[in-house]
Amino acid sequence: MATSSKTRLVEEMQKQSGQDPNGCFQCAKCSAACPVTAAMDLLPHQVIRYLQLGLEEELANSKTPWVCASCFTCAARCPRDLDLARMMEGVRLVMLRRREGNKFGPADLTPEQLAKLPQQALVSGFRKYNK
Amino acid sequence: MRYRYFPGCTLKGQAKNMENTTMAAAHALGIELVELDQWQCCGAVYPLYEDELISLLSPVRTLAAAEGEPLVSLCAACHHVLKRAQELMQRNEDARHKVTDYLEVDYKGEGRVLHFLEVLRDDLGFDKLKEMIKKPLEGRKIAAYYGCLLLRPSKVMQFDDPENPTIMEDLIKALGAEVVKSPYRTECCGAYLSVSEEAVARDTVSKIINSAREAGAEALITACPLCRYNLENCVDQDGKEPVKVYYFSELLAEAMGLQFDQLMSKALERRRGKNGNQQ
Repeated sequence: MATSSKTRLVEEMQKQSGQDPNGCFQCAKCSAACPVTAAMDLLPHQVIRYLQLGLEEELANSKTPWVCASCFTCAARCPRDLDLARMMEGVRLVMLRRREGNKFGPADLTPEQLAKLPQQALVSGFRKYNK
Repeated sequence: MRYRYFPGCTLKGQAKNMENTTMAAAHALGIELVELDQWQCCGAVYPLYEDELISLLSPVRTLAAAEGEPLVSLCAACHHVLKRAQELMQRNEDARHKVTDYLEVDYKGEGRVLHFLEVLRDDLGFDKLKEMIKKPLEGRKIAAYYGCLLLRPSKVMQFDDPENPTIMEDLIKALGAEVVKSPYRTECCGAYLSVSEEAVARDTVSKIINSAREAGAEALITACPLCRYNLENCVDQDGKEPVKVYYFSELLAEAMGLQFDQLMSKALERRRGKNGNQQ
């Protein structure tokens, strides 16, 4: 089970994001650069390591892909020219597509938040957490 | 200088003042921004998976609507999405065929896609801008806040040096204010995490604001409505002197001596003359 999941996730990831997690040598510059690691249960470089090992269930249960703000700092600092932001998107999309449900939507916000947040915040938030 | 202008959703709502002040300044500088007819939201985030083509329909429709003329936006996120969608259309022929066939448009990736700051720097020139400043912001200590979307990924955005950008500092100098450099000026504000994980955004924003305050800034400028929202609403000022947040265009209009009522009338004038395409 674990092996076939690994193949599917990593294969799909490589095809759709053009990123090969095996190119990473775990220098952890991405984790040093990431501005939101304080809220993560797996550090960015650990996400790549889990991808290398095919630990799909662990990734599915991790908070980290949903904390990633797609700020692209990890990719900017990577000495191997890997784009971790694309890999994070891959993990999110696998979960969103598989679940056939949304991670977060308008119903999760209070009327006050909906009135106060700028349009750009709502559109980008819902786009990242819905399919 | 004539450009097609894509506003984006927030510029007609919470960030209306960025549009009003830019329009007034552009008018005074001889930069004509012709708003696209019947434009749609850019999608706000660029899809990072290459099979997410449906998210590209709206930005590619916008790119095609510019008809090869330079396309300008003010919102950092809109510019980011349009620029990256253009790059994909140039690079990935298969994606381009699928998207343009669906939209029934002819678009091959042509046309300059610009942020208004690039128009000021590359087409007008900051030296020229400086000559048109009527009320220099003397003695004001202003820090630039770039955030993420204008700078990264630098290979595609080609906006400025991603680690040590200068475009906003050069603007601040041209406006006559004192530049304050803060080490957190290219760090992320938390973006849409203020929707889903507000505590995370409070942490990132507090670092940015505290860093600017410690560097001696009284205010920050930004080109992104979401950055501005986060910087103003997800911050704990801890009873210290608050650091104000402005759109770059607000200080631009102020330094050009454009008053609020003038700004409003300019904006209304533009709306009335929208179909006229006057010089």
